[in-house]
Amino acid sequence: MTLSPGAGSTVSIPLPDSLAEIRDDFLALEIRTRLELLLEFSNELPELPDRYRDHPDLFERVEECQSPVFIFVEVDDEATVHLFATAPREAPTTRGFASILAQGLAGLSAEQVLAVPDDYPSDLGLTEAVSPLRIRGMTAMLGRIKRQVREKTAA
Amino acid sequence: MTVAPDPSTRFADFAHPDRLVSTEWLQENLGTPGLVVVESSEDVLLYETGHIPGSVKIDWHTDLNDPVERDYIDGAAFAALVGGKGISRDSTVVIYGDKSNWWAAYALWVFTLFGHTDVRLLDGGRAKWQAEGRELTTERESATAVSYPVVERNDAPIRAYQSDVLEHFGNPLIDVRSPEEYNGTRTTAPAYPEEGALRAGHIPTAKSVPWALAAAEDGTFRSLDELNAIYRDSAGLTDGDNVIAYCRIGERSSHTWFVLTHLLGFEGVRNYDGSWTEWGSAVRVPIVRGSEPGVVPNR
Repeated sequence: MTLSPGAGSTVSIPLPDSLAEIRDDFLALEIRTRLELLLEFSNELPELPDRYRDHPDLFERVEECQSPVFIFVEVDDEATVHLFATAPREAPTTRGFASILAQGLAGLSAEQVLAVPDDYPSDLGLTEAVSPLRIRGMTAMLGRIKRQVREKTAA
Repeated sequence: MTVAPDPSTRFADFAHPDRLVSTEWLQENLGTPGLVVVESSEDVLLYETGHIPGSVKIDWHTDLNDPVERDYIDGAAFAALVGGKGISRDSTVVIYGDKSNWWAAYALWVFTLFGHTDVRLLDGGRAKWQAEGRELTTERESATAVSYPVVERNDAPIRAYQSDVLEHFGNPLIDVRSPEEYNGTRTTAPAYPEEGALRAGHIPTAKSVPWALAAAEDGTFRSLDELNAIYRDSAGLTDGDNVIAYCRIGERSSHTWFVLTHLLGFEGVRNYDGSWTEWGSAVRVPIVRGSEPGVVPNR
């Protein structure tokens, strides 16, 4: 796996409220019920906007995930991050992971996204419910998102 | 056998035709007393998105693996698990799953460790059922718990440990991973996460026969002739061979174990579930890189 160490993950910036809320929502549930919440996230993964629907070239495959999932990060003029992700209906777990990150990172600044701890996926209390192996796919997804943000803010 | 086997001629050529059922047969037999349908998919949430009516879910990781040691659950845990799913010792269990039944075959193999007699696969698995437009439901799992006896696992006949593999040299080994994993270019399947093998390559003398060769486009098993061409003609297996199959953690090789045992009729086939994540990290075991099987190690 080629996860680069997260730049600036030495927490001078607190975990954004959106991500903290998602984490707390999961932790408040019993382990089995956490799967149901993950399924809700999975169902909420938004369709790609029209302008990106026919642009597979822009999307990066998250190789570490067990099912095909593709992500694309946009950083707008205000340095706000927008994450677009697509994964098939036959891969609800992977869709759920992408949806958590899409919702949790929505509207954050590039700086905030880069400060998200690399092990955030391990803090959701899902490791026991879906297995550590599957969680690694989500960690890899976050790593790739941060790498895209770095690339797109470097210019 | 509680429920009569699928009489379909499609399976008649196989060594144990009673180990497979067709989607048509399952549709007709849903609700038959004594039949329990189990979904075992790679994706842990797939069951919740819609499953075959009346089926129960068993997850390869969260249910069948011991939560602490790298091993399968014990007899008491298995009895509690499957009894809770409404499975009794004489139930006919039909397992289906995603990805050409890869994980369903793994669950079937674990059921076999506990000596459950009548356990079958739905040929073509979840994808075929869905492609045929058959019903899926999102109803919550509702099984009436029954009593299942505590039966200790009997590993020896179908499970190989690392020490068994070391003593096995000179007999056929089948590596069912991707060519890239076999030749040492990578340690995980393409598009799969790193599972922590420290070295890449294969066990000396193992022949490369990627598991998915046994599955047709629609996820069903290939015909007897096609399977013979793969495993006998190309890989060189012959009757009487004592075979061990392995992959990365023993899941893909369960699929091959099923093919060799129940479709081709080889006896004594064992699945080395420690597989590459154990062998590729073990100290002082022989490894071969490249696309050739290599020779029996001299030690």
